[in-house]
Amino acid sequence: MSGQSALRGPALRMGGLVLALVLLVVVGVATGGERFWSTGNLITVLSLAAVTGVVSIGMTFVITSGGIDLSVGAVVGLASVWASTRSTQYMAEDYGWWVIPVTALIVGLVAGLINGLLVAYGKMPAFMATLAMLAAARGLAEIIAGRRTQIVFVEPFFDVLQARPLGVPMIVWIVVVVAAAGWFLLNRTTFGRRTVAVGGNAEASRLAGIKIKRHTLYLYGLTGLTAGIGAVILLARTTAGSSTHGTLLELDVIAAVVVGGTLLAGGRGTITGTVLGVLIFSTLTNVFVLNNLDSSVQAIAKGAIIVGAVLLQQWFASRERTTST
Amino acid sequence: MSSTDDVNQPTQKNHPGSREITMTSSTVFRTRRVSGAFIAAACAALVVAGCTSNEPRETEETATGPVTTTENDEPGDEVVIGFSAPAADHGWMGAITSAARAEAEKYEDVTLQVAEGTNDVNVQISQIEGFIDQGVDAIVLLPFDGAALTDVALEAMEAGIPVINVDREFSSPFAARSTVLGDNYGMGVSAGTYICEQLGDNPDAVVAEIAGIDSLPLTQDRSEGFKDALDDCGLDVDARVAAEFTVESGEEQTANLLSAEPQIDAIWNHDDDQGVGVLAAIENAGRDEFFMVGGAGSINMMEEIQSGDSVVQATVIYPSTQAADGVKLARLIAQNKTVSDLASIGVPRTVQLYAPVVTADNVEEFLPIGFES
Repeated sequence: MSGQSALRGPALRMGGLVLALVLLVVVGVATGGERFWSTGNLITVLSLAAVTGVVSIGMTFVITSGGIDLSVGAVVGLASVWASTRSTQYMAEDYGWWVIPVTALIVGLVAGLINGLLVAYGKMPAFMATLAMLAAARGLAEIIAGRRTQIVFVEPFFDVLQARPLGVPMIVWIVVVVAAAGWFLLNRTTFGRRTVAVGGNAEASRLAGIKIKRHTLYLYGLTGLTAGIGAVILLARTTAGSSTHGTLLELDVIAAVVVGGTLLAGGRGTITGTVLGVLIFSTLTNVFVLNNLDSSVQAIAKGAIIVGAVLLQQWFASRERTTST
Repeated sequence: MSSTDDVNQPTQKNHPGSREITMTSSTVFRTRRVSGAFIAAACAALVVAGCTSNEPRETEETATGPVTTTENDEPGDEVVIGFSAPAADHGWMGAITSAARAEAEKYEDVTLQVAEGTNDVNVQISQIEGFIDQGVDAIVLLPFDGAALTDVALEAMEAGIPVINVDREFSSPFAARSTVLGDNYGMGVSAGTYICEQLGDNPDAVVAEIAGIDSLPLTQDRSEGFKDALDDCGLDVDARVAAEFTVESGEEQTANLLSAEPQIDAIWNHDDDQGVGVLAAIENAGRDEFFMVGGAGSINMMEEIQSGDSVVQATVIYPSTQAADGVKLARLIAQNKTVSDLASIGVPRTVQLYAPVVTADNVEEFLPIGFES
């Protein structure tokens, strides 16, 4: 990762992703026609990408810094359960619908900060610390929910979160806002530059004066927070909290981030790429259902896309190297 | 009532750690003294907002099974029945164990020893071995995997302990004295037949199916029965998706399905647990041109049916009372009694339960055996 040309490199890499997405859309239009290219269906694709999308933004930061967070799916489950217990909902009835999302955000944030403490100050490998959180958060969610589905009965919550400003569902707006904030944070602030620096070379960043421990703590807190937002979106979409929410979400999220062009080893991250990665997988599922195809075939296609996208990225990266020398 | 506490959590596989970032902070670089206070505030807020209690404000009535009494219910010899089932990780499975407990409590002559629910076959095998050592009078076993528990069930039978096999069949007929089964194929048939009746003679009607986990034989059986029943009246499954028995997957798959099919006449959803998500997706899409049939029989869905203004018109029962039936049969077998409403002597070898269709007309009757998802 040395001496990359600032503009051309990312643009080229993005080209591969856009190409993949366009290809999928072409297949969608060719096989589904009107049914694919309708406003309703496009909104479906976007809405389905919402949870993965929001969490992927947070994950992009952690992966860019050279870390990983395997606990996001379990934290989404825990936050959705905590925010929909009867007592939380009664409180929401008494004080306002915001109690539900605020609870989910706090649960996500605290879980993320615990991850951060373990990784930064406990010096645990991120893989292990967040794996532990994955198990613990899922278990706690099951205990709180008693493995039951907790249906949300606070109507004002839905009035707000199922609203459709300008014809687009609120949850899609949430993703747009989170993605825009993430882009700004990563590309236009010291926080973002430090994240890239830590991932590129931790020792050099330390010598340059970055407080790596504290920064790491913030990064995991941020990812936990996005998991909390993901839980709110899931609550709005499914009208229920459940300890099974977010099962295996971490894999979808990591796949989207890495396919998007963020280096798993850290040091390079792209929010735009992540968003494209999320859209590719969401569109893929949609095209498959549109054609009434078997879900097993879809899993194979998903695998092929991951391999294809990474190979394409490498090819673009090598071209970039030859053209820049 | 005692219970053996063989708690066993599924073990997580450990992977070698990923790269670790060296972290030692020394140089001061625009520090902000917020983290400590921030975490403290967040934790405090969590305590305030985070009541994790799930107690309802007003106490709800707990449903009890239908009351049928026969001469057989008169107290007989004291019997100890060992009970083992998979972990209660979804509403239906949770209801299995609680219905079995409730049934046992109705009899003063029955002591039910409930082993901790587990999805680990090794743990379940050791639970049965424990029952054998202890010399219980009968064992009711809903195996996590029928084939894997066959050997230990044979052992019990050889030791003279009758085994009642529930829901998931053993691979040997000698491993159980009696078997209580649901009818997955029959569920599909019931759902398909109901849809046929409702759609009448409209061969162009669009029928969609939202299945459960596709790799499971029970899902394949349900789909097979559904397809056969539709075939019978000249219909077919026009669109099919498979969810994973979870609310989230139900919502996701249904959202895509509804997008793919702009006009649907009938939907069969295999599982009421995932049905919560299915209904949410239908509501999000603002669709109501079709009717939906559920599966398994949760209280939720029955209430939807009862309300009359929901797309849910019916649900097909997959009885969550089958382990309770197992307990009843185990008691009869252990007490050397016979089933009172049959002319033949001896408890039957196999009981396959019916998969009735619950509609607005008979929902009152079925609500007591519905399970909370």
